[in-house]
This record gives sequence, C-alpha cells and structure tokens, in this order.
Amino acid sequence: MGLFQKHQALERHSLLLTVGILLVVAVGGIVEIAPLFYLENTIEKVKGMRPYTPLELTGRNIYIREGCYTCHSQMVRPLRDEVERYGHYSLAAESMYDHPFQWGSKRTGPDLARLGGKYSDEWHVDHLRDPRSVVPESVMPPYAFLSDNIVHFEDIGDHLKTLRFEGVPYSDEMIENAKADLVAQADPNADYDDQDALVARYEAAAGRKGTVIVGDYDGDPSRVTEMDALVAYLQMTGTLVDFSTYEADDLSNRR
Amino acid sequence: MSTVTKPRSSVSGSIASVATLVAIACLGALLIAANAVDPLMEAHAWVFFFLTAFALVAIGIWAGGLQGRNPFDETYYEDTIVKFGVAAAMFWGIAGFLVGLIIALQLTWPGLFYFPDLGWTNFGRLRPLHTSAVIFAFGGNVLIATSFYVVQRTSRTRIAGGLWPWFVFWGYNLFIVIAGTGYLMGVTQSREYAEPEWYADLWLTIVWVAYLLVFLGTLWKRKEPHIYVANWFYLSFIVTIAMLHIVNNLAVPVNLSGSKSYSLFAGVQDALTQWWYGHNAVGFFLTTGFLAIMYYFIPKRAQRPVYSYRLSIVHFWSLIFIYIWAGPHHLHYTALPQWAQTLGMTFSIMLWMPSWGGMINGVMTLSGAWDKLRTDPVVRMMVVSLAFYGMSTFEGPLMSVRAVNALSHYTEWGIAHVHSGSLGWVGFISFGALYCLTQWLWKRPALYSKNLVEWHFWLATIGIVFYIVALYFAGIIEGLMWRAYNEYGFLEYSFIETVEAKHINYMIRALGGGMYLMGAIVMAYNLVRTALGHGAAAGVVEPAPMTAAKLQPAE
Repeated sequence: MGLFQKHQALERHSLLLTVGILLVVAVGGIVEIAPLFYLENTIEKVKGMRPYTPLELTGRNIYIREGCYTCHSQMVRPLRDEVERYGHYSLAAESMYDHPFQWGSKRTGPDLARLGGKYSDEWHVDHLRDPRSVVPESVMPPYAFLSDNIVHFEDIGDHLKTLRFEGVPYSDEMIENAKADLVAQADPNADYDDQDALVARYEAAAGRKGTVIVGDYDGDPSRVTEMDALVAYLQMTGTLVDFSTYEADDLSNRR
Repeated sequence: MSTVTKPRSSVSGSIASVATLVAIACLGALLIAANAVDPLMEAHAWVFFFLTAFALVAIGIWAGGLQGRNPFDETYYEDTIVKFGVAAAMFWGIAGFLVGLIIALQLTWPGLFYFPDLGWTNFGRLRPLHTSAVIFAFGGNVLIATSFYVVQRTSRTRIAGGLWPWFVFWGYNLFIVIAGTGYLMGVTQSREYAEPEWYADLWLTIVWVAYLLVFLGTLWKRKEPHIYVANWFYLSFIVTIAMLHIVNNLAVPVNLSGSKSYSLFAGVQDALTQWWYGHNAVGFFLTTGFLAIMYYFIPKRAQRPVYSYRLSIVHFWSLIFIYIWAGPHHLHYTALPQWAQTLGMTFSIMLWMPSWGGMINGVMTLSGAWDKLRTDPVVRMMVVSLAFYGMSTFEGPLMSVRAVNALSHYTEWGIAHVHSGSLGWVGFISFGALYCLTQWLWKRPALYSKNLVEWHFWLATIGIVFYIVALYFAGIIEGLMWRAYNEYGFLEYSFIETVEAKHINYMIRALGGGMYLMGAIVMAYNLVRTALGHGAAAGVVEPAPMTAAKLQPAE
C-alpha cells in the first residue's frame, strides 16, 4: 500500500501535518461562503428596504442583549403552513442590513420575522412586562425592567457610523441627526419638525411611504425607555419590503 | 557550565515572556477601565485588571521562591497542570449542568423559576451561559488537560514552553470568566456558541495561538519518530478552531473602550459564516478533540492496541475534509441560496461514513477485551459514549435531509439531537478520561469506589434516555402540530397550543437533566476521595518512568 507508506511523511513532520490539515479544512468554507459575496442573485432586488432608525437599532440591540434569538426565529420558510401562519416567506434582502443576522435556530416561541403591526403597542408592553397576563400558557420570561431602563443614546451616532463603515447606507444627515431622530420617534410631543425630518429621511432611503412609525410606544411620553426602543423594533420587523411589487416567480428571484 | 546556564536562561525566558504579556494585558485593561464608555465594559475591564494583576503577583512570588531550582525539569512530565485541568473541568461541568437544569425548569414552570426583578436570570441570558459552560468551560478544560497529558506521554517528553502551558490554562479560564459574566450582564454578539464580544475574542485568539505553539513545540522535541494518531486529532482541533474563531468573530467595535461591536458581515453571508462556525464547533471542538481522547484513553484503559491504523488515516482526513461543508444544513429553506443548502446536505450525508469509521475504530479496539465492559465501568462508559456518537452521527445526516429538516428544524428535536451527542458522546468520553486521569495522576491503585462509578453510569444513562426520548416526542409533536390542517383547510392549532402540548415532556426532560447532574456530583465526590487516597484508592503506585524511545513505527 504505497499511499499509506506516503502518509508516514505527515506522521513524521508536524508542520507538514499542520499545513495539510489547514488546507483540507479551508476548502469547504471557501467554496460555500465566498461566492455569496459576489454572486449577484444571492440577494433579491426589492423595493422598500432602508437602514434601521436610531430607535429601532437601539431596540434591536436590546433584542440581541436579552437573547431573544435563543427562542425566536426571524425566518419564515417557504412552506405552506409557515406562510399562512406568519406571512410572506423571508427574503435575503430583508436582512441585508442586519449586523448580525437574527434568523435564529429554535422556535420555543413563534417566528418574529413578520411581527410588525400585528399587535398594538399596548399589547406588546403588557406582554413583555408579564407574558402570562395576556397568554396564560406562555413560557416566556418577564421583561418588566425594560420600562424602568432609560435609553442611553449619547453615542448612537457612533453606532450608525460603525454600521456605515460596514456597508449600511446611512447618510451624513442620518448620522448627524441620530440623537434627535431617536428622541423624535419615541415622543409624540417632540418637535414636529424633528419628526417630519426623521420620517422624510428614512422614507426617502426606503423609497416608500409609511415605513417609519412615530409614537409613544411604552405609554410613558416623559422619557425614552428600553421598552420604547424594543417595541419600536418589534413593530417594524418584516414591514419594509413592498411585496405588491415583488415577483416571486421572476427568474431573477429564483434561487 | 554551558549545560547549566542554557536551560536556566530558557526557564527565565519563558517566565519573563509570560509575565510581560500578562503585564501588557493588565495595563491595557486598566487603560480601558479608566476610559470605559459603558458600565459593562468598565466591569469587565476591572475583572480583567484584577485577575491579571493577581496573576503577576503570583508569578513574581513563585519565581522568587525558586532559588535556582529549575521548575521545568526535562526529566519529568508536567502533571500538575493536568491536575488543575481535571479540577477545573469537574467544577465547570457541574456548574454548566446546573444552569442547564435551571433553564429546563424555567421552561417547565415559568411562574416559579422566573424573577421579574432579576432580569439577568431570564432564559435568554442563562441559555448562552449553559451552552458555553458545558462546551467551552467543561469541554475546553477536558480538552486542554487531556491534550497536555497525551502529547507528553505519546512524545515521551515534557511539555514545551516552560510557563506558557500555564498561561494557556489560566488565560483560557479567564476567557471563560469574562464570557460567563458577560452573558449575565447582557454582553453578547448573539452568535450561537460564539457569543463573547470582540475583546474576549481577541484574548482567546492570543491564548489559542499560545496553545498551538505549546502543542507543536512538544511535538518538535518528541522522542518518538511518529506523531501518534490522537495528536493528529488534537492538532486538527486546535488549528481549525483557530480558523473558525477568527473568521466568525470578525466585527467592528463601536468604541475601543466599549463592549458593543457590529459583526462585519450582514444577513445571508453572516448567517452562513455563523453556521459554518457553529456546525464545526461541533465538528472540531466536540468531535475531533474528543476523538483524540478516545484514541488515547480507550486503548490505554482497555490495554489493547487501536483496532486499525489504516482506518484511522482514512477516517481522519475524510472527517476533517467533509465536516467543514456541513454548515448550510442549519439553514434549509431559509433565504440562503439553494445551491449552498444542497451542498451542505450532500456533505452532511457523506459525513456519516467517516463518523462511523471513528466509532468502529474505537469500539473494535476492545477486541479480545470485551469482558472489560462488564468488569470496568469506566471502559463501559467510554464505549457507551461511542454508541451515542454513532447514534447522533447517523441522526445528524438524517436531519440534514431537507424534507426531514422541514419537520425537525426549530423544534425540540434539535435539542434532543445535540443532547444525545453532548451528554452521551462528549460527556461520557470526558467522564471516562477524568476517571482515568484522576487515578493515574494521583498515582492511585484504583478509584475510591467502583460502585459509585456504576451509580454514575446508570444515573447518567437513564437520565439521557429520559431527556432525549421526551424531547424527540416533543419535537415531532410540535412539528406535526405546526403543519396540521383541519377539514376546512385552515391551520388546526394556534402556536401557543403547541407550547402547551410539550409541558409533560419538559417535566421529563428536567428529570433526566437532574439525574445527569446527580451523576456528575457522584463522580466529583468519587474523584475527590480518589485523589485523597481513600477506600480502594489507598496507597501510591509509581508509574513507569519516562523511558527512551523504542524506535519502531507507530502501529
């Protein structure tokens, strides 16, 4: 057995063995992952996607911090029951600004990819404070403390800058006004000009009206809490893409 | 004269270089603590500062007390570090199993085990604590301890690097402390099994490079012509985990004095990078590393040679080549392009064969010593671990078939699958190694109590069966309920009805997990009494001295 004789070279030279291992384990990742960065049809062309507003981004970071992904997926599969239960199946384009992605791996609770707009803000606040007060059989933890935590947003502009560096199309204007935008979205009594500017900025990025919701999410207009931010995020998940213009059967959208 | 001064200078060299690195880390932590932009980073920087400062003082006192003695005497194996590793593994194991039991109880009785005022005890924060504690704290310490033991014995030389192996051990455990406290405080990247933030990842990278160099350095001065098969597996584990860790944790921190970072990749590319990592954390941390343990401890304990040298070559290279491709099976039916899903599925099915190659090589090593299954519960534990390995590496390819995955994915089936692999395979092979190591390192003629090993074995085995059977049923029930239609063509069940349906299964799962934890506590008791030399462990057996190489090829 010549081949097994040759293997002795690897058994006698640790660096040869190390390099051999590295070469062998590098192949799979290169073949599978690298093409995703340059194959054009990896991400669908859709109408309506925009970067997260500062308040939504803050809420998303709370979603990550609390480990919501350990029980909730954000990925509706193209299976009949899932599309009927949750809505249109998820597109790659819908998470193209998600650093990191939140597709999840487990549904101890339901999928949240299309949660936005399905329940009222009040329902979300009640449910987050004490899940079993609205869903008696729920096994979800209580998040009442979010209503007591004030959002610290002094550096929110830096967050937007970091994301722009990674390729999220935040404009200079969005970064400069990040703090004002965050306050304006959570406070119904904020300066109307600020609110209009926020809505105009992000709707222009989306190319579509009605994708930015302003309001007092947590029922306490006096301050911006983590509850405001999280509910703002939950209320916009899956609402951006204009599915009336999306042609699922178009050849360019088949993958 | 030169023969005396040369080793002395390399001794002080390794102490000085370790101390320098720790001092730099200590100063860096102080700098970050002073400028921290968020309280989480501040807390972590202080933890890091105090622990590294403590380490510096400890190194100073220890080095000052040497008084010319060479602490790294080349005529002896370094066994103290392996003893520390055994103790750390046992401690983290029990901690990790306990957190697992707590979160199982939370899902079973949410009214009793959630505390609205203690948000940091919520499931979302404890679950990464559980997974990291069992995989990286327990499993990682088992791997570091056994690899240090095995590479010395199979190379017939003392571990390389002087103080550097100690840096690897303590540095790794410091990473564990930073990771674990981070989860409780809410510091996470949300990347499953790679949750720690950018600064913890950087620290682990430094520790891991040191680990690789210590391991390679020991191989370089081996007195055996051939590198033993267990060391191929350890090497593939160390090298591949380095690659996976670095690529999957590419991220840009918002502020160099802040804890938050944003992952470099987004959406679909980020998802596949994460599951390329996630699946191969299973493949290279929880499989090749523990196969290395199998290749040393089963032949050694059973006193039989490895069944087939050729099989080990074939299954080694095919296993590490194919494993890397399997990641996309975590993303079936998602927005990942279907060509990638198909590749992932195809390679996952192929992976079945090299996996069973390892199982066969391990089990057949008992040829001619099958009676040990009856007489030595430690051997039985390790062989049963291979049975679980075989089961879960058959189940894995099955679940990676898209049609099966449509039902199993997102359900408790996945949880059952990973626990059959982790409790059964990784847990049992580790327990076997820990029993062996404790007896050998403390030079005891036997374990304190063989009966307690029997108790451990049966508690754990029945516990696993309760655990996985309950969750297989739960997973299939909920999967079928999610897709059930009534006679009018509507979905039959609301989501919450599928949650309710799992309540009894959750109770049985918690019972099984509790039994597994009890088994581990029995084991810890047995190991402590063994180390102390009580019961059947009374007396000291001097092991064979470090002998010169018998120059013959590995067989």
